[in-house]
Amino acid sequence: MRILWGFLSGLVFGLGLVISGMADPAKVLNFLDLAGSWDPSLAFVMGGATLTAFIGYRLVWRRQAPVLDQTFDIPTNRSIDRPLMTGAALFGIGWGIGGFCPGPAWTALPLLAPGTLIFLPALLVGMWIGAKVKALGLLDAKGAAT
Amino acid sequence: MEMETQTAFTPWASLGGGVLIGLSAVIVMGLFGRIAGIAGITQGALGGVVPLRGAPKDRDWRWAFLLGLLAAPVVIMAAGGTVTQTVPQNLFAMAIAGLLVGTGTALGSGCTSGHGVCGLARLSGRSLVAVATFMAAGFVTVFLLRHVLGGV
Repeated sequence: MRILWGFLSGLVFGLGLVISGMADPAKVLNFLDLAGSWDPSLAFVMGGATLTAFIGYRLVWRRQAPVLDQTFDIPTNRSIDRPLMTGAALFGIGWGIGGFCPGPAWTALPLLAPGTLIFLPALLVGMWIGAKVKALGLLDAKGAAT
Repeated sequence: MEMETQTAFTPWASLGGGVLIGLSAVIVMGLFGRIAGIAGITQGALGGVVPLRGAPKDRDWRWAFLLGLLAAPVVIMAAGGTVTQTVPQNLFAMAIAGLLVGTGTALGSGCTSGHGVCGLARLSGRSLVAVATFMAAGFVTVFLLRHVLGGV
């Protein structure tokens, strides 16, 4: 049951990415190109997705627990710290270079474009590095107030 | 980067696709009680292959979710639709981009879906700061690459 619904929710997410145009790096890069060939479409993706989740979350949180798990596991960390800011900045730079964030990179894989076949393994290596840096607390050591 | 493919403004398709993405996030919260952040889902799945500190342990649905993402373009093509996609061809740049996106999302605990869609829907201040930061970094990067360094 968990496997089936996991697959279906991934499928709906992926269909959303492809239909919205978010899965096309050219569209993402044009969205980020305010001074050039600006394509504002992605603002509509973010708006539609966030509004739907905003309303839907409030409906499902009326339940005591999720249907297929014990508890709602919602992030409790509220600190705006160095790993958050550094990570978000690095992510934004990479997003601006490649036009891919993690979701679209997965939906792009079956089309086997050379750029995707390079990007995706590099993404996984990067995630491993990022988790290492975080676990070792390399960014906390610089005297940042946690 | 090197390519500047013109894309058409598609407000309705984008809005509709966005609603599907939001719907998926709601299903994941309602069924599994989790944030549908693709970076986190990928990390959870990756944690089943290599040791990864802090990676989520509930791997079953995460693997299935990734398979669902992979199936999406296949389903659309099987239904007679077209999947429009232009991926940058500079492979060195794509390797750097992948490393930065991977490192950044692991370090910053989220990506466009985790901080963007799910975080903003939760009205998380931390996510709002993350979104503002990666959007700004993305705008600046594309501006530099296209209009300062002149990547044609």
